[in-house]
Amino acid sequence: MVMEKLMEDLKTQIVEQLNLQDVKPGDIGNDDPLFNEGLGLDSIDALELIVLLQQHYNIKLLNAEEGPKVFYSVRSMAEYITTHQKANP
Amino acid sequence: MEEKFKITSVVSVCNNRIWLNGKLAFESKEPDVARFLLSAFQNLKISYPKFYKMDGLSKLGWIAAEYLLNDKPGFAFNDNFSAGMVLANKNASLDADLKYYQTVASIPSPALFVYTLPNIVMGEISIRHKLKGENAFFIQEEFDADFIAQYVQGLLNNNILQSCICGWVDLLNEDYKAVLMRVEKNGEGVEFTSQNMLTYF
Repeated sequence: MVMEKLMEDLKTQIVEQLNLQDVKPGDIGNDDPLFNEGLGLDSIDALELIVLLQQHYNIKLLNAEEGPKVFYSVRSMAEYITTHQKANP
Repeated sequence: MEEKFKITSVVSVCNNRIWLNGKLAFESKEPDVARFLLSAFQNLKISYPKFYKMDGLSKLGWIAAEYLLNDKPGFAFNDNFSAGMVLANKNASLDADLKYYQTVASIPSPALFVYTLPNIVMGEISIRHKLKGENAFFIQEEFDADFIAQYVQGLLNNNILQSCICGWVDLLNEDYKAVLMRVEKNGEGVEFTSQNMLTYF
């Protein structure tokens, strides 16, 4: 349930942070790819997602190589947040 | 002997209105420039999600170019490398610079940072219309028609370009103005001279 709420929050934050005015949070599936064939985000959007993690969850993505895995989908982002909030409560 | 070129189309955007070749093409009573540009975009009825992410200067130039180039086909001919752009303004990217600076106190915004150069507006127009020819952006206190005319004529005379968008795109806070012209080797229109350019301002 906590995970579901986190994913719903993330969808709203992604739409706001990335200014996706043609997309509603409900349009984004939990497992949809955020880049390429999914939402079609670009490299600047990836940087904005890093800022989102820092602003909303106080999590810094220190290893850039983790990016593609962490930002693959809303679910992968939520799992990363959950793991790192447990590690740094 | 130098060739004579034509201004084949002109668009101007100011005071909540868009004029295309002297005719009112769009008007809106929106209370600020951001909402005016959004309404002008929505009036085009096209899907282009990137528009929402642009800074004000890029939106202004992009909208102006959209009206200008959709008016008549054939601007880029068959060779996109022969179509270019020479623009100028007074305030460079100061509007985006100030907005970016406000984010620096907390977490700098990458999405704002990428617009902290005035020539990015030309990149957005080029991506949209697949223009790959020479381009240049100059900062001038006011539109220097003699300079721009000479520069563009040089590009056309030396066959670096066959067609060129040139003009003025400036935006700072709520003050904005865009005047873009299509200058082409082939086509009908008034002669491309600095005096004729100034009549559109």
